[in-house]
Amino acid sequence: MTANTEVARSSGRLWQGLTLQQKQVVWAWGFLAVPILFYGLIRFYPTVEAFVISTTNWNLMNSPSFVGLANFKRLMADPVFWQVFRNTFLYLIIGTPLSLVLAFTIAYHLDRVRFMHGFIRALYFLPFLTTATAMAWVWRWFYQPVPIGLINDVISSLGFSQQPFLRSTTQALPAVLAPAIWAGLGFQVVIFLAGLRAIPTTYYEAARIDGVSDFAILRKITLPLLKPTIIFLVVFSSIGFLRIFDQVYNMTSGDPGGPLNATKPLVLMIYQTAFSSFDMGYAAAQTVVLFLVLLCVSLLQLRLLRDR
Amino acid sequence: MRGFRGLVLGVLMSVGAIAGARAQAVEIEYWQYVFDARIKAMNELIKRFEAANPGIKVKHTTFPYADYQTKIAAAVPAGQGPDVVQLYYGWLDNFVGAKFIQPLPRDAFPHDVIEKEFYPIVQTMKRDGEYYGLPTAVRTLALFYNKKLFQEAGLDPNKPPQTLDEYLEAAKKTVKRDAAGNMLSAGAVIDMPGQDLHWWREVLLRQMGGKPYSDDNKTVAYDSEAGAKALNWYADLQRVHKVGQAGFMDEGQAAFRAGRAAMTVDGSFRLGAFGGIKNFEWGVAELPASADGKRSNFASYWVNAITAKPTGAKLEAAKKFMAFTTSPEAMQVWLDMVGELPARKAAAETEKNLAHPIYGPFLKALNYSQATVFVDELAQRQVGLDMANRVFIQNQDAKASLAEAAKAEQAILDRFYKK
Repeated sequence: MTANTEVARSSGRLWQGLTLQQKQVVWAWGFLAVPILFYGLIRFYPTVEAFVISTTNWNLMNSPSFVGLANFKRLMADPVFWQVFRNTFLYLIIGTPLSLVLAFTIAYHLDRVRFMHGFIRALYFLPFLTTATAMAWVWRWFYQPVPIGLINDVISSLGFSQQPFLRSTTQALPAVLAPAIWAGLGFQVVIFLAGLRAIPTTYYEAARIDGVSDFAILRKITLPLLKPTIIFLVVFSSIGFLRIFDQVYNMTSGDPGGPLNATKPLVLMIYQTAFSSFDMGYAAAQTVVLFLVLLCVSLLQLRLLRDR
Repeated sequence: MRGFRGLVLGVLMSVGAIAGARAQAVEIEYWQYVFDARIKAMNELIKRFEAANPGIKVKHTTFPYADYQTKIAAAVPAGQGPDVVQLYYGWLDNFVGAKFIQPLPRDAFPHDVIEKEFYPIVQTMKRDGEYYGLPTAVRTLALFYNKKLFQEAGLDPNKPPQTLDEYLEAAKKTVKRDAAGNMLSAGAVIDMPGQDLHWWREVLLRQMGGKPYSDDNKTVAYDSEAGAKALNWYADLQRVHKVGQAGFMDEGQAAFRAGRAAMTVDGSFRLGAFGGIKNFEWGVAELPASADGKRSNFASYWVNAITAKPTGAKLEAAKKFMAFTTSPEAMQVWLDMVGELPARKAAAETEKNLAHPIYGPFLKALNYSQATVFVDELAQRQVGLDMANRVFIQNQDAKASLAEAAKAEQAILDRFYKK
């Protein structure tokens, strides 16, 4: 009885000995443990596993054996990889600025519209709700030659020569990019509208009292105050274009990645290497490269935009 | 004492009888991928097999095609999975290398019987002197043609072209264009991502005197005069004669189905899709022969094989089931229910089958078909698509394009065989 009492008293004393703040910290970590564990298993474990697989020659059928950096050496020597790498950055470099400028322009003018504002905003948002696969197949039909391609039918009836679009090594990537930009436009417009609405009207009132022009207001007030929104959308949009897959795959499924890999992004190359060729080690190496690219681009953007 | 001893003896006899009965009821598992017609056909075959073999039960399991290979790859090494499995012939090297399947026991499947009774394509199932699987579902190519368009062009709808020259002439007569020169209806489909790649590599190339790979399959052989001749003949359909256009109507089979292509080369697996055509009558013919009458075709097929898993009684049951599914009776069921061709001559060459206006041309092709082994089918396919695209889109010389393709494909073969 005495011993039991002493033990109980010790335990109680240990907990009682903590300060209030220390108790709060313990409770916080207790609750955080579950999500941290979940996140670690679901997010970090697969990432580490990808690094491990990238150093093997696993093809799903054999027992993987260690090959060091052989997969990365092969990657560096693969001309298709460099074209795919270039394509991936073309999607990024062309797609991100174009979609943001377009979205901002629409949002800026839409913000001034009162009549049917909600309806027009809904119309822009609608493509965002459509599945990428369905959209890709519709646009694929748009791009066909006469007599079923919508665009070429119109061009031809106006007396111009029809265009190859998806069958061209130069036109194919812009052709795939156009519906991808269009698909994401609605989301960006809505985010920009929210950003514009968040700017206090007092700034605009003060500027107008001082007789400042619309362009100066845009440059000095609107854009600087939209910076957090722009940062978010640049990062979000960049990652989206770097990981483009649905549109490319479905618009070019007969010759995946388009003629002579004209539209093939890195994600599609990874998919094909892993699930068509079953070359898991090589695919994991490509995944590691994509991960590093995404990481660098995101960090670079955050640093540049924050310093500005 | 006598009563007790009798009771014990009776119990022992009963136990023995039950054990014996249990030993008689062997269950084996069969796997294939999901495809409605195939599932129905296999269920029918299993019903017949179990009726003929009361002591054996077959459990039929299916998976979506996309998951099928990975399911096998995960299950067999773990000692689970099927006893008899269906696999694509092109997967054989990977399956043998991974020890997923065992050689067919010679007592149930003597080599001389196999080689006598099956079409020559069965040779592709032989590795290191052993047969690992037997084909049950074969696909070959044929020429589909639109009888209505033939009639409109003044051609006899019941006399499809027999030679490449006749093919070209028919294409020239049937192509249609608008005032601006845009194609409205193709005389001949040009669709490398469809079956034209197989047509070029397995048929045209051989007809022009070449062959795609060395006999041991380790060396690319189409970078040759014959290769250039075949590629130029094919490309000239668009470049010179303008009877077809790559990318027209998006896909060759879509153009044919819409009645906007007079002729297309496609496989027996297209019969299901074309069977739904209502607007015009279509026919099937053997692929056109070369000027000197040389014919060739490409056969791909699915095989049944015994996995590494069964031994003893299960192996005996698996052997019986394998023998049944590769019997002429089973192959006829498969042809009727699925539309895939028999691999056994006895099943294919019945008078009724050969005279069939649709199946006939596909079946006749089995005698002169090749079944080429691909080590990475999609990567090798991509090499072929790029070869054609360099010629069509970039106007690259056929010889230069062939050289580039041969180099890229040789790298794929080297990587596989040096493994």
